[in-house]
Amino acid sequence: MPDQILNVDNLSKSFAGVRALQGVNLTMERGEIRCLVGENGCGKSTLIKVIAGVVQPDEGTVTLNGRQYRQIRPIDAIREGIQVIYQDFSLFPNLTVAENIAFNYNLARKKQLVNWRDINRIAREAIAKIGVDLDLGAYVEDLPVADKQIIAICRAISQSARLVIMDEPTTALTEKEVRALFNIIKTLQREGIAILFVSHKLNEVLEISEKITIMRNGRNVTDGNTAGFDRASLVKHMTGREINETNAAIVPQAGNGSVPLLQAENLSCRGRFADVSFSLAAGEIIGITGLLGSGRTELALSLFGIRPADAGTISIEGRPAEIRSVQDAVRHGIGYVPEDRLIEGLFLERSIGSNIVAGTLRRLTRRGLINRAAVGAQIRQWTENLHINTPSTELPVKSLSGGNQQRVVLAKWLAINPKILIMNGPTVGVDVGSKAEIHQIIRDLARQGIGVIIISDDLPELLQNCCRILVMRKGRVLEELPTEGLSEADLTHRLSATAPAPASGTPAHSGQRKQVRPS
Amino acid sequence: MKKILRSSEFFVALVVMVLCIIIGLINPVFFSWENLFDLLRSGVVTGILALGCLIVIVSGGTDVSFATIAIFAVYLASKILIAWQFDGTVLVAFLLSAAIGTVLGLFNGALIAWFRLPTMIVTLGTSSIFRGAMLVFIGTFIINKLPQGILAFGQATLAQVSNANGAVIGLPVSVVIFFGAAVLVWLMMKYTMLGRGIYALGGDRVAAERAGLNVIGIQLFIYGLVGFLAGISGVVHASLVRNVNPFDLIGTEMNVIAAVVLGGARITGGRGTVFGTILGVMLVVIMNNSLILLGIPSYWQRAAIGVLILLGTGITAWQSKRESAANLLES
Amino acid sequence: MFDKLPSITSFISRDRNIGRLLGVALFILIILSILNPGLFLTVSNFKSMAYQLPEFGLLAMAIMIALLTGGIDLSAVGIANLSGVLAALTMIRFIPQGAAGWQITLVIGAAVALGLVIGAICGAINGFLIGRIGIPAILATLGTMQLFTGISIIITKGYAVLGLPDAFLYFGNGTIGIFPVPLLIFIVIAVLFALLLNKTTLGQELFLMGTNPTAAKFTGLDNFRLTLKTYMVSGLLSGLAGLMIIARTNSAKADYGASYTLQAIVVAVMGGVDPAGGAGTVIGLVLAMISLQFLSSGFNMLRVGGSFSNYFRELVWGVVLILVMVINYLDAKKRARTPQESGTDAKAQMPDTAAGAGSAQK
Repeated sequence: MPDQILNVDNLSKSFAGVRALQGVNLTMERGEIRCLVGENGCGKSTLIKVIAGVVQPDEGTVTLNGRQYRQIRPIDAIREGIQVIYQDFSLFPNLTVAENIAFNYNLARKKQLVNWRDINRIAREAIAKIGVDLDLGAYVEDLPVADKQIIAICRAISQSARLVIMDEPTTALTEKEVRALFNIIKTLQREGIAILFVSHKLNEVLEISEKITIMRNGRNVTDGNTAGFDRASLVKHMTGREINETNAAIVPQAGNGSVPLLQAENLSCRGRFADVSFSLAAGEIIGITGLLGSGRTELALSLFGIRPADAGTISIEGRPAEIRSVQDAVRHGIGYVPEDRLIEGLFLERSIGSNIVAGTLRRLTRRGLINRAAVGAQIRQWTENLHINTPSTELPVKSLSGGNQQRVVLAKWLAINPKILIMNGPTVGVDVGSKAEIHQIIRDLARQGIGVIIISDDLPELLQNCCRILVMRKGRVLEELPTEGLSEADLTHRLSATAPAPASGTPAHSGQRKQVRPS
Repeated sequence: MKKILRSSEFFVALVVMVLCIIIGLINPVFFSWENLFDLLRSGVVTGILALGCLIVIVSGGTDVSFATIAIFAVYLASKILIAWQFDGTVLVAFLLSAAIGTVLGLFNGALIAWFRLPTMIVTLGTSSIFRGAMLVFIGTFIINKLPQGILAFGQATLAQVSNANGAVIGLPVSVVIFFGAAVLVWLMMKYTMLGRGIYALGGDRVAAERAGLNVIGIQLFIYGLVGFLAGISGVVHASLVRNVNPFDLIGTEMNVIAAVVLGGARITGGRGTVFGTILGVMLVVIMNNSLILLGIPSYWQRAAIGVLILLGTGITAWQSKRESAANLLES
Repeated sequence: MFDKLPSITSFISRDRNIGRLLGVALFILIILSILNPGLFLTVSNFKSMAYQLPEFGLLAMAIMIALLTGGIDLSAVGIANLSGVLAALTMIRFIPQGAAGWQITLVIGAAVALGLVIGAICGAINGFLIGRIGIPAILATLGTMQLFTGISIIITKGYAVLGLPDAFLYFGNGTIGIFPVPLLIFIVIAVLFALLLNKTTLGQELFLMGTNPTAAKFTGLDNFRLTLKTYMVSGLLSGLAGLMIIARTNSAKADYGASYTLQAIVVAVMGGVDPAGGAGTVIGLVLAMISLQFLSSGFNMLRVGGSFSNYFRELVWGVVLILVMVINYLDAKKRARTPQESGTDAKAQMPDTAAGAGSAQK
């Protein structure tokens, strides 16, 4: 068996004219643990998909175990011993836990028949390796997101793989589970299996890896032993410039009197979050963070009326507010920039202009018909104000880059003249330059008196922009931290620590995760 | 146990049982052998078609062309056999009709797999093509003089009873074909990687591709198999009604889809069982056949089926909507 | 989407289907007029088209608006027949022998109103089942198709309702000048329908919902009310089609025009309506309808299909539908390969984005 498992040579790939990969090289050897890091949109996921045979490259070759491929099919990659833990898990929601774990195993062995006893055995063994307890007969679609992530990991390690690629495998895991995963990685390494670990959590990267490859704008920019990097140098290579990681948070304006803009008291939503209280002042930016599945998104969705809370009160500018639907939220001046812009935020095939006015069409009518002049004026206003860079607002919004798309979503909400803006992952999938500009826009909005809630697991982003950060875990707000003097390492620890124990009323014994099941 | 109680199959079974008891209480004739044989006889063709339809729905597609394929296949096969003056075994008729059905099904499959076209629109289009081609190029007249083999097959019975009037009612042999096909499809869906691949495809197509499933191959197989089953059901239909009318069967695809969905298959794919489908077929067939026993004029049939479909799909839709609201993020 | 209603020429250049289709249709028209001028260009040929297409066109629009929202309406023909049956019965029951002109007008007016109201109610039922209960549109309208047709059968016991007042038949058979009345009605409705889609909030919002229902919800659009209104408009159009059918044929039947459903979907897809929702124009629909009619009439003239003209039409329409979709697919694939133009798979543009993390949330 050759020592070199993977050799990616001069790989290029474009999507509809956008270059995702340009001349990327990567080599992996037996028993090597390598981290692949880079900003969102740098091409990491595309590279992984090419190696896995899901995406075909335009140029370049991939060599697996000494065999050179121009076009790899997924089944080729699997037979060459490549296992991928995808960021979106890539599970079958309609199948049971056991079958999901054993599916690839059976497929890769070209099995024609299914032995259900085998399936359960394979699944049990994989789960035992990680040391978790899962109901093998449960359907994956009924499980919380953290369980799904564990299942995806189990599936990958149930194979006799040569290379396991992990794309952000810890987004939903607690510190304890991350420990278990790291131990598994070390075990796999001793068996000669190579690990390609992709993460944006730099402390994890520095801890687990032996080598690091850094990508930026579709190219690999640096490659070297982990010992030669520290946080600062990683960030510098990833972004291509010195980023001032100091706390640039703005001071909340006290101008709006003593009445908070938004006050939530004991908000609860069965199975999603419980007993959440916080307040937001006009002109203030606060952050909410937590692991995937901690209830951070669910809380936002309740405030926005998608899934109304079933207990507790919300008041806006001192008056109690009933938010039972999105329409209610909009009436109260709440806007929501969603986490998944492509699915929840944009009408991709429709024009930039129609996306901007999508929420305000009803206000732009004259005698029952749409007032074209008013529509045009509004589109122009926001395109200019937010510097949306496009030759024409008639183009479909999908022709824009991530940063410009996010500005369109923002424009849609600014058009309703909001008092409160909830931004879930405001700079996910946005290039570095746009990221800074979007942060600037957010701060400007706050300066104009809008209350902003940023939900994010990009901790520097929170530390730079917010004055307070709410840390959520298992559907509860664990603590509310002022940003001043808070370090990223500190925050990371608080985010994924198993302790402190959740607030009273949550029995500790009965499998913590099963208590609150936010998605 | 809890799982069984929660499953949609359990619910359908319950409804079927309650329905049977109510009808039986109003009119005891319902529980006679005669009526049972009658129900089975009228359920066979729907049942075979439903098995194919189930596989398509599980894979995440919708086929509305199988009824047209069924009548096309048996009509062409009969014409060919008559032209050959073939009067031998019915097996030849089955083989020929199934082969024709498979070819038409593969045509659907090729369009869907290679060109990634939406399944329902494609099969709407092809059913229009198949029907048009049959009526233009093959014929429009009813074939009354079927080959002897088909007629003999239609008359062969497994068991017979005589009713009060002395008429003899038989249980047609084709019931065996239906149950045989049901067992084979069940085995395939549960115990082969191909069957599990169909479930996986219906659950998440992207994940299926990433897992290395040959999605194009699976889709070709699915639609080919649907055509095959349609071809078989065409001959069964002809043997039971003792003629081939090119205007028959077309339109029944909606009843079949209804039966499969009532049997707990999820129209968006990924869920559905053979057992549930059989229950769904029973439900539709009982509704269709028993109105008269209840003293309701037969012209109520259509509306009753409509209400049944709406109730069946409505309850499942409402449940899953509430469940997803309670459990997971709904979008 | 906010530019003016496209002129026909710009429309053709933008929408390749219709361009191709019109080209083929014109080609056939020219060839046939040369080969057989007497037959093809006869007035009667065009006239029969002008009387039959309107009812079909209304049904096609009814199905189109459902397709625009990403749904489908299989019950349109059922609604049309139910409206037709009820309107016909009203006219027959309530016009006494030897009634005065004003009485007849009054009853006809009431019957027409009833037909339209029934259409809207049936549509509202569809909208409720789809938007509130959450039944997929194809299943909900499959059920209501059976239900509405079933109700018509129960009312008529399966027989045709015959003998409508002459004054009413005028709407199906009369002419104003040289223009058939049904054609004029169709033109008026089509223009109103285009206005509704392009110039009103309802129209624009239903396009948005059809493009991406999740984003629509997250933008604060009321998806349920939009769905309800969409299917009510669809039902209204179907009801009107039902009235035109009985006015033309002088009879109301529970199961008239079953093949219209399929043909309407063909015409809509041909005319550029995206079956997945969010795109389509009235003018595309009308052009597709005319082109397909030319095509099948043309083949008919050639006697290719022998005496089975209607069946031949089904064959041709089916072939055209499949061809159009295949060509569209190949086109989209070709365009995705060439840079500059926007790709077909927008997600692919930003492989590292929230797409992954987001879909994991579901």
